[in-house]
Amino acid sequence: MSNGRRTSRVVLYIVLCLGVLLTVFPFIWMVLTSFKLDGEAVQVPPTILPQHPSLQAYQQVFDVIPFRAVLLNSVISTVLIVLGQVLFCTMAAYGFARIKFPGRQLIFILVLSVLMVPSQIFLIPQYLIIQKLHLLDTMGGLVLPSLFSAFGTFLLRQFFLSIPAEMEEAAILDGANRWQIFTKVMVPLVQPGIVTLVIFTAKYGWNNFMWPLIITTTPSKMTLGPALSTLSGVHVNNYPAQMAGAVLAVIPMLILFIVFQKQFIEGVAHAGVKG
Amino acid sequence: MKSALSRRTGSRHQLADAMWGYFFVAPVVIGLAVFYAFPFLQNIYFSFCEVDRFNRSSFIGLDNYREMFSSGELYQSTGNTFLYVLLTVPLGIFLAILVAALLNSKARGQSALRTLYYLPAITMPAAIAMVWKWIYNGNYGVLNEFLKVFGVSGRNWLNESATALIAVAVVGIWSMVGYNMVILLAGMQGISPSYYEAAQIDGAGALACFFHITIPMLSPSIFFVLITSLISGFQVFDTIYMMIGKTSLAYESTQSLVMLFYRNAFDYGYKGYASAVSIYIFVIILLFTLIQFVAQKKWVHYE
Repeated sequence: MSNGRRTSRVVLYIVLCLGVLLTVFPFIWMVLTSFKLDGEAVQVPPTILPQHPSLQAYQQVFDVIPFRAVLLNSVISTVLIVLGQVLFCTMAAYGFARIKFPGRQLIFILVLSVLMVPSQIFLIPQYLIIQKLHLLDTMGGLVLPSLFSAFGTFLLRQFFLSIPAEMEEAAILDGANRWQIFTKVMVPLVQPGIVTLVIFTAKYGWNNFMWPLIITTTPSKMTLGPALSTLSGVHVNNYPAQMAGAVLAVIPMLILFIVFQKQFIEGVAHAGVKG
Repeated sequence: MKSALSRRTGSRHQLADAMWGYFFVAPVVIGLAVFYAFPFLQNIYFSFCEVDRFNRSSFIGLDNYREMFSSGELYQSTGNTFLYVLLTVPLGIFLAILVAALLNSKARGQSALRTLYYLPAITMPAAIAMVWKWIYNGNYGVLNEFLKVFGVSGRNWLNESATALIAVAVVGIWSMVGYNMVILLAGMQGISPSYYEAAQIDGAGALACFFHITIPMLSPSIFFVLITSLISGFQVFDTIYMMIGKTSLAYESTQSLVMLFYRNAFDYGYKGYASAVSIYIFVIILLFTLIQFVAQKKWVHYE
């Protein structure tokens, strides 16, 4: 390796590591602050490592907001949204990709058109529907509109379209009905697509902010997003408590990400390549 | 070849199969109709109505639009949103291309670095906003302490109209680089090495290869990233809501269009007016997307 190439290699690593540092620093600072006492956090000049590492801030989070309930709400709503979307979108995607019926093209275009519209457009009427159903401040209200997804339908339809017709025709000749073909033959074949949908939807459900902010008002009915907003309103100057709340909100998704890293990243990469 | 299905069947079977088709698509189609298509139409209707506290609507024609276009608020929010998009999208994509290109040059530890860069993309925006708000804190924030080392005096970043939007935009860029980078890196890895080999034989340097092979071949991915970044940029809400309090002096100079919508719809209860704002947002996003789709013919190369 020539000298010039070695220097450029070194520069490359310096730039990359600097970028990583900038990316990761807020996370590190969040964790470090969360273990400090609130007096230490506002010390000037600041300490880097907590002088008296403490879980006090975490305790304060649980004292101010019903964090256990909030965490549970986030988990349950995310799981329900994922299950609903996987079931309904997989079914619809199969129908649109594989079965001929009058109006198929038109209905599919109408489904796609939902993707073109920014979500604010739907919010006020959706809120009024949920209100009419007496579902404000409930789990049902949190998840109901998110169970149906044009994006998920579109994504999985692409996967169904790429499966050769022979797979299905063999099953039809064996006398299987559509539901049997769907569950026994087709669903296993689109598993990578379903995994991608699960990851997209879990991220969306977990991180969603505006809808739960609108729908929930009682602290014990909230999900993590609006609860963090409440926390920063109550503990205005208690930074360790705010950071502890943020840590608790971030960790479950982080664990999921570490376990399913490959699927997370490949799902997104795939979306970009296919357009 | 005719399909097995039509060979075996007559019209009775086709009818039965069509019924299966309706059965499979029904849940999504009905769900989308109830929670999206109907709300879309109702929202358009509401934008011509006054909706009171009890959600009774009365038709008032174009009054909401008239009021909207004659208020300074709308133009201020439009300006803020455009500035946010202008600050985040070009830089966010440029940095993503840079990181992707560096990672693509067979850097050791590529996949570990890629994972670290991707972290902001999976993190809850509300949590991200809290952490950055703490970093930006005017009295105890670590940013000001860091600047002090270089003799730069700190500011109250989120409380001054000169800096608040830029501070929020930095968070926006920080959040988007990893996501865009993953898409662009996948695009780069899809470029056939034979192009580079041919260019090397012709004596092209690394930079020439980058601008004459990588960028043109990558243009479909760049286009995808551009469209998605624009659309989400125009809808910025979570970070501003969390980072800029109602009492901040920078409140007006950071109010985005979606923020304006949210305040009117759910804080002030002006649902009719807010509906008109949401239609305005929709039209702006639609226009920009269309412009991009027309402009792409000039610079996006498909194989």
